[in-house]
Amino acid sequence: MNLKPETHSRIDEVITHYPERRSATLPLLHLIQEDLGHIPEEAIPWVATKLGLQPINVYEVITFYPMFRRKPIGRRHIKVCRTLSCALLGGYKTCAAFEQEFNTHLGEVSPDGEVTVEFVECLASCGTAPVVLIDDDLHEKVDVAKAKQLSDQIKAEAAQRR
Amino acid sequence: MPAPAQTRIIFQHIDEPGYTNDLACYVRHGGYEVLKKAVTRKPEELIDEVKKSGLRGRGGAGFPCGVKWGLVDRKSGKPIYLIVNADESEPGTFKDRYIIHQDPHQLIEGTMISCFANNVKQAYIYIRGEFPHGARILEKAIAEARAANLVGPNILGTTYSCEIYVHRGAGAYICGEETGLIESLEGKRANPRIKPPYFPAVLGLYQCPTIVNNVETLCHVKYIAQHGGEAFSKIGTPGNTGTRVFCVSGHVQRPGYYEFPAGTITLGQLLNEVCGGPLPGRKLKAVIPGGSSAKILRFGERFKGKRKVGAEMVDYDWGVEDVPMDFDSLGMIGTMGGSGGVIVMDDSVNMVEALANINAFYSHESCGQCTPCREGSLWMKKITTRMVHGEARPEDAALLKSVADQIPGRTICAFGEACSWPTQSFIAKFGDEFRQYPEAKKAAKPAGAAALI
Repeated sequence: MNLKPETHSRIDEVITHYPERRSATLPLLHLIQEDLGHIPEEAIPWVATKLGLQPINVYEVITFYPMFRRKPIGRRHIKVCRTLSCALLGGYKTCAAFEQEFNTHLGEVSPDGEVTVEFVECLASCGTAPVVLIDDDLHEKVDVAKAKQLSDQIKAEAAQRR
Repeated sequence: MPAPAQTRIIFQHIDEPGYTNDLACYVRHGGYEVLKKAVTRKPEELIDEVKKSGLRGRGGAGFPCGVKWGLVDRKSGKPIYLIVNADESEPGTFKDRYIIHQDPHQLIEGTMISCFANNVKQAYIYIRGEFPHGARILEKAIAEARAANLVGPNILGTTYSCEIYVHRGAGAYICGEETGLIESLEGKRANPRIKPPYFPAVLGLYQCPTIVNNVETLCHVKYIAQHGGEAFSKIGTPGNTGTRVFCVSGHVQRPGYYEFPAGTITLGQLLNEVCGGPLPGRKLKAVIPGGSSAKILRFGERFKGKRKVGAEMVDYDWGVEDVPMDFDSLGMIGTMGGSGGVIVMDDSVNMVEALANINAFYSHESCGQCTPCREGSLWMKKITTRMVHGEARPEDAALLKSVADQIPGRTICAFGEACSWPTQSFIAKFGDEFRQYPEAKKAAKPAGAAALI
């Protein structure tokens, strides 16, 4: 596995947190996904060997948990909360605004490769609905205007990089 | 009657200007003094204080914390584990988020006191995957506490050692269910375990006795260790002691989190006074009082019966606004206090569409282990989504009810109940709206009505 040296050392460290190695399955998958952006096919046997498991034990975990992804996504990951409190205050409109801004559809990589927009279930910030998680950062009260503003920011950062 | 004043015990420092989430700030505010005293006491004494306090779990079920601790198998010779349930995932609930992000040391102190009381040497904080910053904040806070000899080997110069690690989930609601959480922490799919025999107190993590407590519950333990169980039991009402953090979301003027002595505020005071009432030009239509699985209440309905006040039975005749916000009162009127998540809907909301939103959630989150839940939640979603986006039939209400009625009691965990209660209660309270939906959907939507599915 072609992981950063730092990821390798964090993997070795996290395994020591548990009396049974299998417990480190989720932490390892998180670390691999943080490093590579997704969990490639070869990670499955690699994690299995590392933890003394069968590949199916790792595979069934990846397919169970919504946050693990087996394909690359856009440079930025926009997760719009879909659940009731956010929907009551316009979450569906917010999501449509992001799709429109990046000319993309839910779950796809936008044509410019910049974002993947997704609907996710409750992000536990219902009092500041609608909320959006962009990569690791929570954005609150994201109405259509704020969605446009956040999109502009992402586009500006992309333009700067080019 | 005006609403009582907030009593902020757990949220004392939340949103306080200048209050930061590092150890130095926590210590400046008297932090870890309670732990220092606690480790000089007998563990059994601390457990007794918690039992005396009447503290009920704040994760949803309201199970007495002292009883939970009392069930732990201490004779097996196996290690005892403590897991902090920081998976906060019941829609409408967002209290633990603020404790974790703004006051992590309060949680760590409460956790260490609880570990000491129960002779736990290893604790895990299971935090939902969608709190990446929260996980880092907790890891940093634990590292600070470890460096200050408050966590880790021989804490505070005693012979007592206890380690805490943070374990991140990955987006599955079912991990909030304690046995599903344990499976997940063991590195597996979060399929809940069947009870008996897998009561965590006996056969939990790695088949060892395990305590699983909610974030807020452990913070209350710190308060109890500081002030005593008796003092805690005097806050709130008998049977519903201490304070409760209510998370209000949806159609009110001032959504947010509010902490009150349990049972001292009514739903009407909370929504109309504390949260400023409905949005301009709107009327409140419905409220879900304890997280999205709690049964919905319809404004205008009345609840009558007898209840115990002290030693006497007295009649009650309540509108929705009159219901005291405590576990027992909400239970009496057929819903629950749950996790404290209050979701408010006004008259712009169509109840078929609101239910379709909730059903999509539960269908997505069913772990798939038990057929009635996996299939039932899916069909309830399909039916309600079709009603909104395809053809709606007057007989759909009866069909939905028949699906929902076949789930509860037939599943390994309480998700079966959680996913069927919304459908059952929406149809019971708003049946006409479901039967009339085929006609209603042809009419124009009220201005400002949001798409819900």
